[in-house]
Amino acid sequence: MESAAPVVSLQAVGRAFGAVRALSDVTLSIAPGEVLGLVGHNGAGKSTLVNIVTGVLPPSEGQAIYAGGTPREAGVRVVAQELALAPNLTVAENLRIPQRDLRGLMWRGKARTRIRSALDEVFPDHGIGADTVVGDLPLAKRQMVEIAMAFAEGGPAPRLVILDEPTSSLDASRADQLLRHVHRFRECGGAVIFISHILHEVFAVATRVVVMRDGRVVDDRPAGGYTRTSLVEAMGHVAREGARERRIAASGVEVVSTPEGLRAGQGEIVGLAGLAGHGQAEALARLYLERTSDWRGRSPVPAAFVAGDRARDGVMPIWSIARNLSLAGLAMLRRAGFVDRAREARLVADWRERIGIRTDDTGRPILSLSGGNQQKVLFARALATGAPLIVMDDPMRGVDVGTKGDVYEMIRSEAAAGRTILWYSTEAEEMTLCDRVYVFRNGRIAAELRGEKITEERMLAASFDMGEAAA
Amino acid sequence: MRRMDLRLLLPTLSLLLLLGAVFWMQPRAMSYTGLNLLFNLSVPIALATIAQMLVIMVDDIDLSIGTFVGFCACVTATFLHDTPLLGVLILGAAVAAYAALGALIELRGLPAIVVTLGMSFVWSGLAVLMLPAPGGSSPAWITALMKARPPLVPMAIIACVVLAVVGHLLVTRSSLGTLLRAVGGNARSVSRVGWSVVRLKATAYGLAGVFGVLSGMALVGLTTSADANIALRYTLLSIAGVILGGGEFTGGRVSPVGAVIGALTLTLAGSFLTFIRLSPDWQIGAQGVILIVVLAARLLVRRRAVR
Repeated sequence: MESAAPVVSLQAVGRAFGAVRALSDVTLSIAPGEVLGLVGHNGAGKSTLVNIVTGVLPPSEGQAIYAGGTPREAGVRVVAQELALAPNLTVAENLRIPQRDLRGLMWRGKARTRIRSALDEVFPDHGIGADTVVGDLPLAKRQMVEIAMAFAEGGPAPRLVILDEPTSSLDASRADQLLRHVHRFRECGGAVIFISHILHEVFAVATRVVVMRDGRVVDDRPAGGYTRTSLVEAMGHVAREGARERRIAASGVEVVSTPEGLRAGQGEIVGLAGLAGHGQAEALARLYLERTSDWRGRSPVPAAFVAGDRARDGVMPIWSIARNLSLAGLAMLRRAGFVDRAREARLVADWRERIGIRTDDTGRPILSLSGGNQQKVLFARALATGAPLIVMDDPMRGVDVGTKGDVYEMIRSEAAAGRTILWYSTEAEEMTLCDRVYVFRNGRIAAELRGEKITEERMLAASFDMGEAAA
Repeated sequence: MRRMDLRLLLPTLSLLLLLGAVFWMQPRAMSYTGLNLLFNLSVPIALATIAQMLVIMVDDIDLSIGTFVGFCACVTATFLHDTPLLGVLILGAAVAAYAALGALIELRGLPAIVVTLGMSFVWSGLAVLMLPAPGGSSPAWITALMKARPPLVPMAIIACVVLAVVGHLLVTRSSLGTLLRAVGGNARSVSRVGWSVVRLKATAYGLAGVFGVLSGMALVGLTTSADANIALRYTLLSIAGVILGGGEFTGGRVSPVGAVIGALTLTLAGSFLTFIRLSPDWQIGAQGVILIVVLAARLLVRRRAVR
């Protein structure tokens, strides 16, 4: 490693969003000629760190110092996880967004030359025309364009390129081309921050690996200092054993069986684990919509849904608590096509008691409740339907510890009463409450764990691509 | 490029089809004067359509363009005619107001549809204050320009071609236009690399204001007087023109050439209905049917292309 002045150095940087600390006390510097592998579980603070290095978020504490003044002048470029191209523009036109020196009469020609040569260099025989509209390209090619844009000449030359899950939609040979380019870029004195959950890629390119957990850097060593197992251990918590009592096994009647291999018996709590965005929510949505897309409302409904993203697919913001609670079960409360208000009131009072919604009047607007209590209403909404199958899409997001305890208790007793529960969560700890866990990776089931085998370590190992080590 | 060409195919075909139908029913329209009469009124509509397109380009919609054009027409017929300097100042202030609205909408995260709907009442109120009854007169130079009779090709056609070329250079080719379209396509990544989306939106709205002013001036040049309600229909016509011309409501997918063609098609649809002696009572409805047919055709073509 050269001992040149760092491209960027973070000094005791912290960042809070309201009361939530996303990053604390991170001191880190990246020198030219370094490839920094950045690993950690969901919510470990990687994205926040990236946003601070690129200058999108100002740090709440500490400071970030760049070799060339501002991040842009220092040549910091980023390939973000969500695609950042404008789909209505052509490949060359997109280069205009980050590169401010593309102006004047001949700017199109310049943009075309730059993007073509970058594409040729990073991805030989890419087959992408500079005048193709980005929206017409398949996802993999869009990602290639974005990567090439980050390495393209022009504006301040690239000196630090941040690649956040850059290979997520590339096939193996394209990923290989990228890794080789990262090598070349490093040899020419460029620096790279490489974020990936595919550990062999991290080992292939990184000169140094930084592990993050709970918003802190917990380990920072040259890449040779790790084995795959020690890296996974550094990322996860120490597994707690023996904390759970075994429940009486499910009756064995299979309630769910999907072509992708998801199975659940009556009275079983089945977890869908893995890193966020690896197809768990989609699998749940497919299953749920398949069962409930009936023209006529049936009673009881065959499946009920508990949303995690409350604002987007849970709460009716201007309705009262009571109306929000009874919504999914209205088919049960129907009399001659009208809602039976007396029965609705009884149902609401009953569930308010059972699930402990903290309010003295269920006629108040739902938004008067705290987030945790709103979530309780959504649980009650699903459970009140009498549906035999409850589908939960990361329902504990932003819920406080006390409420979580109440809800775990509910879930167990509902399962004991014979309901089947499908539960997606990004928190591995919650998944250890399940009877069976499917770990998802890249939209497919990567592993199935049962009973005592459900440990955070095993789930973590299956979430990361270890070159298909047997679980 | 090729995709955009395909997008332009359908509007061009519908324009040619309508033109053919008009010529077939009224062969005398196939002359210098005939064409001029057919397309005269399309010049202000095309200008208003370009203005609308600039707003739709940044993922908003402008429901005030009709009354704004009416307001500008009233200013042109009164102040610009009587005291040119004051008239220029007022029109400049109107453009600045448009830019400020764009900035406000982005800054406060307001829905453009609500803000512009409110503004439409403001513009129409101001116009009524200036001209409570139809009147005023057109500055001589504007009338001279609009009613000029260049050799071979009528003024209306020349104006539309010039407008299409200017729009194409400004929106599709220029570096600024590309950035503005990027705001419609992915505003988040534009702001992430340090551009001020507020400033870019203000620019788009300001340009829309400029084309709105030009539309009002062109309208007065043709009618030689103004009225507060002269251009109420322009709001819907301009939106229809943008969409007819291959544009889309969201995502910054617009085509200036298409927008001009869309405006021409709509004007021609009006004349066509007159030629088939449809009672004026039915004309607006019939115009709507033509619009639905063209848009449905586009949807079918698009579906096939996806498959």
